[in-house]
Amino acid sequence: MMSIVYAVLVLGVMGLLFGLILAFASKIFAVEVDARIPAVQECLPGANCGGCGYAGCNGLATAIVEGKAPVNGCPVGGAAAAEKIAAVLGVEVTESEKMIAHVHCSGTCENAKNRAQYEGIQDCLGAIRVANGYKECAFACLGLGTCEKACPFGAIHVVDGVAKVDASKCTACSKCIAACPKHIISLVPEKNAVRVDCSSKAKGKEVMDACSVGCIGCGLCEKTCKLDAIHMEGNIPVIDYDKCKGCQMCAKACPRHIIEPWNTPEKVKELQELKAKQAAAKKAAMEKAAAAKKAQEAASAPADK
Amino acid sequence: MTSILSISLSAILINNFIMSQFLGCCPFFGVSKKVDTAVGMGMAVTFVMGLASAVTWLINTFVLVPLGLNYMQTVAFILVIATLVQFVEMFLMKSMPSLYQALGIFLPLITTNCAVLGVALQNVQNSYNFLESIVYGITGGLGFTLAIVLFASIRERLDASAECPKCFEGFPIALISASLMAMAFLGFSGMKIW
Repeated sequence: MMSIVYAVLVLGVMGLLFGLILAFASKIFAVEVDARIPAVQECLPGANCGGCGYAGCNGLATAIVEGKAPVNGCPVGGAAAAEKIAAVLGVEVTESEKMIAHVHCSGTCENAKNRAQYEGIQDCLGAIRVANGYKECAFACLGLGTCEKACPFGAIHVVDGVAKVDASKCTACSKCIAACPKHIISLVPEKNAVRVDCSSKAKGKEVMDACSVGCIGCGLCEKTCKLDAIHMEGNIPVIDYDKCKGCQMCAKACPRHIIEPWNTPEKVKELQELKAKQAAAKKAAMEKAAAAKKAQEAASAPADK
Repeated sequence: MTSILSISLSAILINNFIMSQFLGCCPFFGVSKKVDTAVGMGMAVTFVMGLASAVTWLINTFVLVPLGLNYMQTVAFILVIATLVQFVEMFLMKSMPSLYQALGIFLPLITTNCAVLGVALQNVQNSYNFLESIVYGITGGLGFTLAIVLFASIRERLDASAECPKCFEGFPIALISASLMAMAFLGFSGMKIW
């Protein structure tokens, strides 16, 4: 009988004691947490994807409350999350443009030449270990789907040997950008259509040998751009999206049709027709002008006499 | 000195908590997808196991044994460990934020980890003294760290190569590789120490 009483007493006292210790400890060791942080975190998706550059949603929420990150810092939550956070913090939303990931390569099985056959681990990381990949072009997408595996949203898929981003699913979390061993994926504004679909920094001739569509670094796009938004950096044009207005003049000027949206066969055909039409119109205008001049000369000739 | 050395070797290799005793398998499978989180978890477990060994030894020797309440060990130890982990978490959050950043997210996971309870009970079973208990706790944690880090690096490789059959992808292949690792650790059981 006594042993039962002992047991109950000892455990009861221990429980009470520990409870008291914890209660006191929570008072003594209380860390002041800004009440807004959990409120902001509520508005975030909670996937802890790290797309914002912070370690998880809690990190971003802390940074937003401290004013180190903008309210629209979450690329996944987008405008909806930004509005909610702004409501919590009582500030205005600065409009952010939706970004998507883009693979800067058009080296499909048809376009890019292979210099070897690769039969190792079906992963880009594995493939570049073997003499920097099996494609002739050192900058080409290897199409083994490291980015596809990294994408938590199923927004990137290898089609015909090159990774393609599904803009409707992409949340700009940047996982693929970090995963790509060739570093040929970057974020671009979704609305702006002008994108360079090549990453090759090689000289023109090398590119010509390796790929039927690659950028040869001629610099025509840079010269065409009236807004100073496109610059050649190591044989490859880099578009400054702060300046670019999406006029697509560079895309039309590109002799290799490597700047989107004018890089699909249909578009290229359309472009050729457009150019032919323009040339015809120009010719017609010149003929018209010549005829008018002749007529004017003819009209003015008798007056001279 | 010899006993401490043999306790350490036994806890790390021969009687490895995961690989030979199959204690603490939950965090072993849960937090082993990446090497750096595995290291964090291992460190947290080592820390808590060392602390828990010390505190439970004191409770056992000065409270339970004198009152003849040996049969209440399991309940009492769970109580002690749960409190201890909660307390340590609060303490770290306040006084060592950097350590809290590194271990903090793992601490609540270990509150009722069976490896921690296991080390407390085994200390009593093996009638270790205070120092030996602490050594057993810490080295047991190190053994846990060794196993989980090895396992995490294997899993990282498994995820990188797509050679695995579709039906085994993810958790099934992790279980298979864990069992192969356990068999490899079985090799240590033949080791004789003094």
